Amino acid sequence: MTSEMLSNIYVLVLAAFLGFEVIKRVSPLLHTPLMSLTNALDAIAVVGAIVIVGERKSTLATVLGTLAVIAATSNVVGGFLITDRMLRMFKTSPRTGGPK
Amino acid sequence: MSGALQDPIIEIAYIVAVTLFILSLKWLSSPATARRGVQAGEVGMLIAILATLLYRGIVSYEWIIIGLVVGSLIGIPLGLVQMTAVPQRTALSHAFGAFATALVGTAEFYLRTPSISAFVMSALAIEIILGSLTFTASLMAAGKLQEVLPQRPITYKGQNIVNLGILALAILIAIYLVNFPGATWLFPLLIIIPMIFGVLLIVPIGGADMPTVISLLNSYAGLSAAAMGFVLKSKLLIVAGALDGSSGFILSVIMSRAMNRSFTNVLFGAFGQVQESAAKAAEGTVRSATPEEAAGILEAANSVMIVPGYGMAVAQAQHKVREFYDALTKRGIDVKFAIHPVAGRMPGHMNVLLAEADVPYDRLIEMDDANSDFPQVDVALVIGANDVTNPAARHDKNSPIYGMPILEVDKARTVMVIKRGMSPGFAGIENELYYLDKTLMIFGDAKSVVGALVRELSGGHDH
Repeated sequence: MTSEMLSNIYVLVLAAFLGFEVIKRVSPLLHTPLMSLTNALDAIAVVGAIVIVGERKSTLATVLGTLAVIAATSNVVGGFLITDRMLRMFKTSPRTGGPK
Repeated sequence: MSGALQDPIIEIAYIVAVTLFILSLKWLSSPATARRGVQAGEVGMLIAILATLLYRGIVSYEWIIIGLVVGSLIGIPLGLVQMTAVPQRTALSHAFGAFATALVGTAEFYLRTPSISAFVMSALAIEIILGSLTFTASLMAAGKLQEVLPQRPITYKGQNIVNLGILALAILIAIYLVNFPGATWLFPLLIIIPMIFGVLLIVPIGGADMPTVISLLNSYAGLSAAAMGFVLKSKLLIVAGALDGSSGFILSVIMSRAMNRSFTNVLFGAFGQVQESAAKAAEGTVRSATPEEAAGILEAANSVMIVPGYGMAVAQAQHKVREFYDALTKRGIDVKFAIHPVAGRMPGHMNVLLAEADVPYDRLIEMDDANSDFPQVDVALVIGANDVTNPAARHDKNSPIYGMPILEVDKARTVMVIKRGMSPGFAGIENELYYLDKTLMIFGDAKSVVGALVRELSGGHDH
């Protein structure tokens, strides 16, 4: 096992804990937007697909890579778009705090 | 592709992107900063993609551009779907995400075989297994939510043994490939078998389990991307995948807790099995009321708690509910909405529908707060919710939902339930709430009943 693999495992562990702490604080009110946002962020897989397509190492890799770019990009665009649409709908009462 | 990592400009751009992703989720913690969170995510994504395009190993851009353009063209309509279609859209996007990682993993395997280290091949196998099973499972879930496939769980004897056997077979193939990464003939099975497993996994899942299942698939899609990060040696992917994975995991835990069930029970113990032991039918008489009578009681109330459920979503009644909320608020009545964590078909489903109808979000309250309010509430109005209001969950040890945290609507002074008929809920259990003396049933479609209530309430006093 190389030191790079080890450092990647460190990154995984730290990111998982960080994710736990950050996401724990998300209000249940926003659980649907949370899911569509993380889905859009997860589509960062598009960068791996771009490299495979661009390197043109084999026809198979180019074809599979292009399909992956399409699928991931649609998640990036659709995910951010719908998250923003949902969040724009969340409004508070006109009077601050609302009637008690 | 570790070449991408050797360019310091790309690496710095990726670090900026990761920072923005973390901020993005942090800002999502409250509705006030949430939109800034989306913007941070968008900027981070843009930076990461542009930096990747600078990679010197790219010899041709044409297919990259075609992919980005076609993907955007597919993504736009997926971002503009109706709010009622959000659960199936979410399931579909999990399928797309998993599809992308499975494809990249497949391409990497054929590019590198037979010289793949055991560590990389293990990560690759995890990526492929999770990607393939999440792909088909999410498509199945989307099909059930869209009602292209039957929503009811399909169970048969030995189902769990078959499913676990198939999963074990996929793991054996993975272990073989880790030891012999040149076995290209075996590789297609590493894709196909988990795909079959994904389909079978969702066959026994019913509508009420969807919130947990969607969350779990969200988590798998994230973990698949994190595994891809190990294959491509990309910390950016590892972090993004881990964030998505932990988000999905936390949501699954919240959902299964809200149903008092474990993951394994959701995935391997379809409600179909507990149905057989369903509790004895509740007995007593049911009192029904017309919208006119109900409106009379509502007018006299000081506080009303509305309990929405999947039935409200099905009837698309959220806009009528908003009118109802306005009519009551105008009379000085305090109106709140009690939201059960698993109401609807995905986490937060009810909140989004009510927000779409312009109900202020500070009127939506969580289960624990609602339960401390119910004893002081004059009228609890249940619209299309069933099992999450069944008092049997508190005291009837024979009930399949015993122990499940519920909204204690039966503690309100008067309970009104809008329901199509007396058919039992998803779990096939009679709801004893309907037989209480304080409960009034208003039979009919949620949208038309709420509409009738609004008419009664506004007709009562002419401007």
